[in-house]
Amino acid sequence: MSLERIKIAPELHDIMPEEYQDLVQRATYGNNSRGWKDIGTSKELIEEHSLCAGCPESMAFRYILASLPNPEDTVMVGSTGCTSLVFPHVGVHNIHSLFGNQNAIASGLKRALTVRFPDRAKDVVVLAGDGATVDIGLDMTLQAWFRQEKFTTICFDNELYANTGGQESGLMQKGFVAKMAPVGKTFEKVRLPEIARESGCHYVVNCTVSKPNLVEKVIKNAIHVAREIGPTYLQLYTPCILEIGKNSMEGLQEMRDSEKPTERFAYKEYISETAKELLTEIAAKEKERKAAAKKQLAEQTA
Amino acid sequence: MNTQYKVMPGPEHFLPPSASSMGIRLPDPGQGHIHGSIVPEEEAMEAAARQILQGKVPTIFPGPLVLWAWNEKAAQKAKAIRELFETIKECAASSQQPMLIPMPDYRPKYPKINPEIEINPNHPNLTIWHNKIDVCMFVGVHCHQANLSLKIIRGGTNCYTIAMCAQAGHEDAMLTFRDATAEKILRLSEWVRKLKGSVEPPSN
Repeated sequence: MSLERIKIAPELHDIMPEEYQDLVQRATYGNNSRGWKDIGTSKELIEEHSLCAGCPESMAFRYILASLPNPEDTVMVGSTGCTSLVFPHVGVHNIHSLFGNQNAIASGLKRALTVRFPDRAKDVVVLAGDGATVDIGLDMTLQAWFRQEKFTTICFDNELYANTGGQESGLMQKGFVAKMAPVGKTFEKVRLPEIARESGCHYVVNCTVSKPNLVEKVIKNAIHVAREIGPTYLQLYTPCILEIGKNSMEGLQEMRDSEKPTERFAYKEYISETAKELLTEIAAKEKERKAAAKKQLAEQTA
Repeated sequence: MNTQYKVMPGPEHFLPPSASSMGIRLPDPGQGHIHGSIVPEEEAMEAAARQILQGKVPTIFPGPLVLWAWNEKAAQKAKAIRELFETIKECAASSQQPMLIPMPDYRPKYPKINPEIEINPNHPNLTIWHNKIDVCMFVGVHCHQANLSLKIIRGGTNCYTIAMCAQAGHEDAMLTFRDATAEKILRLSEWVRKLKGSVEPPSN
């Protein structure tokens, strides 16, 4: 979507529903410094969602959309799961893939976009649950990493199959008893972040979404590294409050409890040497841009 | 090809067949079709204008290809659509209530859609039924979404559908034009003006 094209025909402007007028006038397309702090003061790229009240996944989704560095040139690839209910309402191009196929779809898409738009940065971001990423789609996930496909894979890890009633998934913790897994998980949680690192991902993070600043930082890093260097992987804990017996107000605390240093979602980060160089370079440019903006503002107010 | 099948106002049934599968073919340049029969374009113009002047709630449904100013042609079409709507309002009898309702995009927005202000291809019959729309014209809707909507409308309502198509026309509409341009939309506007007063308006 070109920013030049996001214009409503003047003669029909009055009949357009307000949400579309807002998207043109108040959304943050093309804003270099967009981030989670825009939430509440600008038009979000997620219109409404039908997820449960207090769902951490809905928080994560909003932070991610607010943090995309280049939403007008981003295509998200989703998979079956609760996020499927949200994708129809977002203001970003997206594709719903068959369950588990998301990384294969994203591979083809990224290559096609690179051929079609050789002079323009087009970001592809996969957003799928743990069932699609680690169980049913593990083959596609790993093969995309082995091939060094240049896109970001985000796994919303809720440690079970949530919207089908709570079956055991590979990312479920050992011993956990769920509604549809009554005897408890008998083997350890699959260590996908480590597998991602060994499979060639250049930027890997395992964390919760309790801190929006952190989510913004890792999303931007992952997308920039994927754009320039190779595959990146984020595993974000988005607990399903219904399936673990919590109420709407307890999702945030559940994430905080799970990110303590000895817990399974303690912050872990891996950055390859080439990715480190790139991120240092981007950080330096960002610092320069902010300093210039500050100077300009000071000159204007003087 | 002669065929028994006619593309008529419904309700036909829950899943009506696609008109092309029933032998309806698309018009060639300079032609239109009415109920599946190929006719000269001027004949289709006159028939469309008559339907608009006879309908209780004649409604134009502009789609994304004209709602957004993608290029100069799109902007001109949007202008022509507004002109057509103003003409319909001017020529309408007191028993008519013309409407202009957008189809801004194709996301399955159910149940969030507000049928008072927009139409959606995934459940167009809600809008048609809710507003008692009995004549409508699609313009600027992408082919697949228009065909889908036209079929759903034919399946579940008695609305008369007209397609002002920029490509090769729509078999699933009751009346279709092809190769739509701003000029063609304005020609329909002229036909509405020309037939004003000569068509029996709907009773209250």
